[in-house]
Amino acid sequence: MIFRLAVASLFARALTVGMTILAIALSVTLFLGVEKIRTGAKASFADTISGTDLIVGARSGSVQLLLYSVFRIGNATNNVTWQSYQDIAARRGVDWIVPISLGDSHRQFRVMGTTSAFFEHYKYRQGQSLRMAEGVIMDDLFGTVIGADVATTLNYKIGDPIVVAHGLASFTEHKDQPFRVSGILAKTGTPVDRTVIVSLEAIEAIHVDWQSGARTPGKSTPIETIRQMDLTPKSVTAALIGIDSPLQTFAVQRAINEYSEEPLLAILPGVALQELWGIVGIAETALLAVSAMVVVTALIGLMATIFSSLNERRREMAIFRAMGARPLTILSLLVLEAMLTAAIGAVLGLAMLYVGLFLAQPMIDAAFGLWLPIDAPSLRELWVVVSVVLAAAIVSLLPAVRAYRMSLADGMIVRT
Amino acid sequence: MHVSDAAFRWSGQIGFSLAIPDLRVAPHETVLLLGESGSGKSTLLSLICGTLLPDSGSVCVAGTDLTTLSGGARDTFRAEQIGVIFQQFNLLPFGSVLDNILLPLRFAPERRKRAGDAKHTASDLCSALGLPPELITAKAGALSVGQQQRVAVARALIGRPPLIVADEPTSALDANSQAAFLDLLFKQTAESTSSLLMVSHDPRLGDRFDRVIRMEDIVKTERMNA
Repeated sequence: MIFRLAVASLFARALTVGMTILAIALSVTLFLGVEKIRTGAKASFADTISGTDLIVGARSGSVQLLLYSVFRIGNATNNVTWQSYQDIAARRGVDWIVPISLGDSHRQFRVMGTTSAFFEHYKYRQGQSLRMAEGVIMDDLFGTVIGADVATTLNYKIGDPIVVAHGLASFTEHKDQPFRVSGILAKTGTPVDRTVIVSLEAIEAIHVDWQSGARTPGKSTPIETIRQMDLTPKSVTAALIGIDSPLQTFAVQRAINEYSEEPLLAILPGVALQELWGIVGIAETALLAVSAMVVVTALIGLMATIFSSLNERRREMAIFRAMGARPLTILSLLVLEAMLTAAIGAVLGLAMLYVGLFLAQPMIDAAFGLWLPIDAPSLRELWVVVSVVLAAAIVSLLPAVRAYRMSLADGMIVRT
Repeated sequence: MHVSDAAFRWSGQIGFSLAIPDLRVAPHETVLLLGESGSGKSTLLSLICGTLLPDSGSVCVAGTDLTTLSGGARDTFRAEQIGVIFQQFNLLPFGSVLDNILLPLRFAPERRKRAGDAKHTASDLCSALGLPPELITAKAGALSVGQQQRVAVARALIGRPPLIVADEPTSALDANSQAAFLDLLFKQTAESTSSLLMVSHDPRLGDRFDRVIRMEDIVKTERMNA
């Protein structure tokens, strides 16, 4: 009955209690949302590369190499010569190697030159392979395989022509060599979805008439001639490497890093990711701290609401006391109310998080390429809800102790 | 009920002290305590109900000296033995009539046993007090003042506590309702074989009671100018 009366009392003050609940709900949504994006981003990054033991590129920073080779963020400062690439490929311990050639774009999407080995060896999310949704792996020099997002955004179908632009934000287009879509990949939730994949030779082919980033004036080699040419690339941007045995990974890495012909860098993707988390860790912590402060603010609001309600509720407390309630009963009644308010707020916040996720999921995916999974609440999230309720109990102790003192002094007498 | 040699002094700046050499209410007796406002009525009632403890002397209710009990035991004792009716705003407005009537039983296991089937007893009391049966599930705040006072009587009487303490229960009612209310109060108090101690400033009510006591005859108050 006490519980029912507490609920009824909350209902009687629906407006102020409702506002407090809303504040708690919003703060919980914010906190859990930040947490969700944080873990989602980590998981999404970690899921992007799987089964690759080493990534090789020109010597730069390991995080930078990881970002441009796998996540298509930023650019390479230098390339790896074809000679070095072949040296590495022939090295003992190297099981497979996949070249990556970046630098061109199609509309807002990057173009990646590679070999068919990419489709065989590139793995994401615990070793899943790329799968064709439609069509086949490029069968022609000017055939392309496009990611799922490229297909949906640009509404491309098998056989559609594609014109590749030189550079990343350039309007100079390689107009002479129209590519055709030969295959569309199934959605992966990785940057591959936003990539146009062509063969390494195709990258060479579109640059036949170009020198130092500009088109040679008046020169236009016909497609038929290009098809006859030797299109062996002079360099690649980076390469993904699989090692025979994990024991050899470090040996191969050291050998590449000490390669005397050219300054190269080999990184372990997992280690580079850890380095990346180390860099963003401070911002991450700051973000979490801010959202935690918002939760604290909402709880202080709850405390203020209880404090301000105490005076108008002296009559109620006097009635409880006259009926034989101990001052401790009144204290626990207030704490119970605070916990109820916080519990409703926290659960509402959790619900709002899911509604928000449901609505924002496609938008976040489109804007940031971050696929936030909608799962049942994790233990960690439930723990947040429970700790908000416990924290509410603790902050409500202050006004509750005051009510305890007041009811002890007032007894049944109501001072108004 | 028996108060003897009780003295109480409000601490702090109020500078108000109260001495009650002797006050008795016999079982089944109805007593009207007449006093002006500020004569110490509320303090006296608090002493009888055990929310205040006298600095000296004793307060016995139903054979138990309240001064020997701990705070928690006094609260339980009050719930078990005393039915309280205030001047007005007796009820928790957000609770139903039934919740309000059953509230003291929540703190008094013995009294709950005496009440038998509590819900049934509560609705019997309501109908005896002339409250429509459908009112029992209504929110107490929705009732008229007269109805609220009658619910307060039902709450005080449920489980037949030996002593009913009423603090000016009629002052919020008009003359007609006052008479009707007192009729009901007396009838039900007699049926539940409780003693009734009612405080009022209105001497016209005196005829109905077994005994009328004036505050100034039994209580010595002292006000010190702080």
